[in-house]
Amino acid sequence: MSVPAQLRRISPTIWELPVSYRKGMLVPARIVATEELVARMDQGVFEQVANVACLPGIVKYAYCMPDGHWGYGFPIGGVAAMDPATGVISPGGIGFDINCGMRLVLTNLTEEEVRPQLHHLVDRLFARIPTGVGCTGFVRCSRDEFREVLEKGSRWCLEHGYAWPEDLELTEEGGCYGGANAEQCSEKAIERGFDQIGTLGSGNHYCEIQVARKEHIYDEETARAFGIAIPNQVVIMFHCGSRGFGHQVATDYLQTFLRAMTTKYNITVNDRELACAPFRSPEGQAYFSAMKCAVNMGFANRQVILHRLREVFSHQFNRSPEDLGMRMVYDVAHNTAKLETHLVDGKRRELLVHRKGSTRAFGPGMAGIPGCYRETGQPVIIGGSMETGSYLLAGEASAASTFFSTAHGSGRTMSRHQAKKMVRGQKLLQEMEHRGIYVRTASYGGVAEEAGFAYKDIDAVSAATEDAGLSRRVVKLIPIGNIKG
Amino acid sequence: MPYRFLEDIATADVAFEATAESRTGLFAESAAALLGTMVADQSTVVRKRELAVELEENAFDLLLFAFLQELVFLKDARRLLLHADEVQIVETDGVFRLRATVRGEEIDRERHPLLVDVKAVTLHRFRAGCEGDTWRAVVVLDV
Repeated sequence: MSVPAQLRRISPTIWELPVSYRKGMLVPARIVATEELVARMDQGVFEQVANVACLPGIVKYAYCMPDGHWGYGFPIGGVAAMDPATGVISPGGIGFDINCGMRLVLTNLTEEEVRPQLHHLVDRLFARIPTGVGCTGFVRCSRDEFREVLEKGSRWCLEHGYAWPEDLELTEEGGCYGGANAEQCSEKAIERGFDQIGTLGSGNHYCEIQVARKEHIYDEETARAFGIAIPNQVVIMFHCGSRGFGHQVATDYLQTFLRAMTTKYNITVNDRELACAPFRSPEGQAYFSAMKCAVNMGFANRQVILHRLREVFSHQFNRSPEDLGMRMVYDVAHNTAKLETHLVDGKRRELLVHRKGSTRAFGPGMAGIPGCYRETGQPVIIGGSMETGSYLLAGEASAASTFFSTAHGSGRTMSRHQAKKMVRGQKLLQEMEHRGIYVRTASYGGVAEEAGFAYKDIDAVSAATEDAGLSRRVVKLIPIGNIKG
Repeated sequence: MPYRFLEDIATADVAFEATAESRTGLFAESAAALLGTMVADQSTVVRKRELAVELEENAFDLLLFAFLQELVFLKDARRLLLHADEVQIVETDGVFRLRATVRGEEIDRERHPLLVDVKAVTLHRFRAGCEGDTWRAVVVLDV
């Protein structure tokens, strides 16, 4: 890996590429990471974050989080805040998997209680939660009903018996991003996604049974406030997004913006994947509304998966989900654009914050987080590889500089094909089972690509977010069972 | 080799380079690379169903982008894995028109050794055209 010569160290965790790094940069680009993480970042990260710094209307800095790696358009881990009046919205700054996100669910079970049932539980989760290429869900709805899902998100799930009222309170935006208009979505997008509610997908998407061990608790008081209060408590974390619907919305508008950008708005970009339109333009507003539909599909998707999870645990332990304490900790997106108010140079400004592979991390007392987390800050869920574990963190008041954004995962460090050359899926799963992690997968080839060594050190990434004041570690969660697409 | 996966582009995703002697061959090879991203052994995908695909774009590379994207759409909307068997491209006054016959079958977990789902075709470093005697495309897929 080679770091650009112009990269300057601003602090132990902030690195800056000045506007002179590339012609057209409107603001400097900043990478939040330790020296060790920066040294191992691929060249694509620096090029891409510099390209983002060229987008019209960008405010202060183009950011990349500690888990940053080479994506398309924006780097994965990219954050950019635009002035809504003069700036653009770019599907490449959100990602094709709109509202890809994380949900964490509690139980009052301990590892000792779950271990004897682990194989049955994982097998049943694998049977009941569709995974893998082209999977479809159990929720049967017409195309018109699906349009309702797009406008209501988790509220639709509550109306149809797939949610508890408190689930919505514990979901970002209450599980329904207001202003979603299904008329802005193509028939193709609806056709592609209407039967995929409640499906995991594939790649790095997963549903994992994890344990919060005493020795992995960093902040006992906050852990208790988040519901982690008993020794070796079992929790369930899952990671997925808006499936084919969201992918098609992003593809449709990428093509729309590509045409309008040059012919109508005279905007040029360094990478066609950064195709964009002025936020206040008809195209920009249409995409924003369609993107909100995809955000709502993402919330509904994870809500229906939670419903299935509760069914599976309830069946296995012959107790109700309520009796098993299967409450949500939080659901948070990491691929979105949102209008938020932030302090910029002492002034409150409304900004359109793009986060692509970055988690919103609101600190204590901020509006927009559930009342029960007002004192602790918002729960932040950073998913790691299936071998190494994940983190639950909390938002911090000191994260204002990154528009209250932090990392979203451990971040890949090795290509999928390289990972597959290094290990065979079946052998990897056997080794993991010896180490106490039972995995079911729809694809042995796919699971090899997700081996722990293909990712950065999740401990280093989480620690870097804490060192940089973006989020503080609450507890590391260790996997014991996992289903993957 | 008509297509090969590229290791050094877009760490989290899948990049491939396809080459062919003709522009229609380039479309068939790129479709094979897309299928090869999702299925380890393409010979397991039997030609049971046949569909006609018709598209037009005002740039050659965007026609390939639209064609691959259509195959991704059909994978979700019809659950079809497809080979691009016959491809015709006609250019008139700067407009490129494609007619293709694609054949394949519905996803069958028991028979198809599935790898990873393709979410989208990206335009990052996307290129397609004639370089010397060879038609070449570089494509990054979001997976």
